Amino acid sequence: MASTSVGDAAGAMHLVDYADSSAVKQVPTRNGFGEGLVEAGRRDENVIAICADLSESTRMEAFKKTFPARYVEIGVAEQMLVAMAAGLAATGKIPFIASYAMFNPGRSWEQVRTTMALNEANVKIAGAHAGVSVGPDGATHQAIEDIAIMRVIPKMTVVVPCDSVQTQKATLAVAARTGATYLRFARAESAVITTDDTPFEVGRAQTFRDGDDVALVACGILVYNALVAADRLAREDHIECRVVNNHTIKPMDEDAIVEAARACGAVVTVEEHQVHGGMGSRVAEILAARHPVPIEFIGVQDRFGQSGNPQDLVEEYGMGVSAICDAVKRVLARKRSRA
Amino acid sequence: MGRRYSARMASLSPERLNELRLHANDVRQGIIRSLLAAGSGHSGGSLDMADVFAAMYFQLLRHDPRKPDWPDRDRLLLSCGHIAPVRYSAMAYAGYFPVEELLTLRHFGTRLQGHPERVSLPGLETTSGPLGEGLAQGTGMALGAKMDRASWRVYVVTSDGEHQCGLHWEAMMTAAKFKLDNLTCIVDRNFIQIDGGTENVMPLEPLADKYRAFNWEVFECDGNDIGAFIETVERAKQVEGKPQVVIAHTVLGKGVSYMEGDYLWHGKPPKPDEAALAMRELQSARELIGAQGG
Repeated sequence: MASTSVGDAAGAMHLVDYADSSAVKQVPTRNGFGEGLVEAGRRDENVIAICADLSESTRMEAFKKTFPARYVEIGVAEQMLVAMAAGLAATGKIPFIASYAMFNPGRSWEQVRTTMALNEANVKIAGAHAGVSVGPDGATHQAIEDIAIMRVIPKMTVVVPCDSVQTQKATLAVAARTGATYLRFARAESAVITTDDTPFEVGRAQTFRDGDDVALVACGILVYNALVAADRLAREDHIECRVVNNHTIKPMDEDAIVEAARACGAVVTVEEHQVHGGMGSRVAEILAARHPVPIEFIGVQDRFGQSGNPQDLVEEYGMGVSAICDAVKRVLARKRSRA
Repeated sequence: MGRRYSARMASLSPERLNELRLHANDVRQGIIRSLLAAGSGHSGGSLDMADVFAAMYFQLLRHDPRKPDWPDRDRLLLSCGHIAPVRYSAMAYAGYFPVEELLTLRHFGTRLQGHPERVSLPGLETTSGPLGEGLAQGTGMALGAKMDRASWRVYVVTSDGEHQCGLHWEAMMTAAKFKLDNLTCIVDRNFIQIDGGTENVMPLEPLADKYRAFNWEVFECDGNDIGAFIETVERAKQVEGKPQVVIAHTVLGKGVSYMEGDYLWHGKPPKPDEAALAMRELQSARELIGAQGG
């Protein structure tokens, strides 16, 4: 049971009892964005929303209904989405811009770099439908390179919340915080593991489970898989994993990553993204410089996605619970061979 | 004058016109001096827009060089950031910063970056250089002004070559959709881009018809006739319910005889002897303006 393995740090996280899968609600993270955006609009009248013809699936619809005068519809024009938002930000607005992550920021990278980041425009990119868990739409619509292309841009903040409740909090947090930001979320239903009482702060990683054999550093909807894998490893193999919800890719909580590596001596990163250039790559950069330990990388291994149901795709691309367990055992063997 | 697009003189006195021509002459001299000091940069487009920028900073814009972040100022965006020298020179002579600072153009540590960076220099509205992005940002600003019921206007200076960028047309559609009559796009129509003539590289004509088809109000004028340009912009500002474009027909390198109309001067600075010749020509032109004024 998860509750028996939760220590002090994890205990302060007020998670649901995720070990009881029947008690875990399944809600898409995009729903949290839709709810958070309406609340952000209530809190600050400068918050506006611009959408590139995907208001229902990105969940901007609720904002459109609540604040029609602050909702801007520009059609299928993702470069325009960014550059126009930068202009609106220059007048004091706080624009949230939504489309699928594949196009926003996938299609608009140079506009993001020039008109948002270099220009210091307070624009928030909402990238919906990230990851292979988009499912049947196939490879063209599955953004699995977006973290890499956003985290490489100076002054950019990149946030990948773990469930719908956290996505709601993250939306409010980035609205209240000045600066160019990329907020990434997913299409499919996924486990809700945090509660209203779970803290959230941009740039502050969270220990969701204590352990000192291996640190599982995860982000997005795969944090749940990491937790389930950790429980299975504890039950079946007496391996105790720490699970870190590393929701802020940039600026990453370097001290928390180093602390986890020191405590455990081995790390497995878990993300629904190419292993090249994503969250795990950043973890590796930090640890190579400050505290080198063996690392294994769970993520898409330099392939494109394809059609299928989300669960099958997560398994096919090596991001399921079993794949995480295998990676933990591999990294543990490497750690022990060094001792 | 005498050009096809020259407009009727309306409101400006001959004395005021001569003052503006002297300002434009100052701006051209500032361009030559800064490009010589920089050792790289774009001469042709900078020179051909000197009349437009003198008209903007010394006649048309609502602005205050001492308060570059004044909320009610008009916004002047330079989309084609590579002609930054003309904007810097006009800003310096208008009082935004000392004229001598123009000599730091493109040097390490300068506020006058090779392409304009908003964060670096007060008075710039955007960071620009990557082409085709200015009208999109200007559309956002103009919509923001409408949302706030503000009275300031947005002017976006664009090159003709950047009309080959798709984003510019996205912005044209969007500005028309929102009836942004507080937005004026100015096109530097010199028919030249880096690789040659625009109509050879990728034809833009019929450019005016294209704007009309996108529900814009179209004006054309001689962009090197400062009075005609001012009068045209004043007419454009009267339009209600539509964004406006002023297609300003210019001659690349205007004011320096050996550069005029030669696309090879798009992207290079004058060498010292060339700069000296340019300054002599501009000084002669200046004396002629004075003579006319007397």
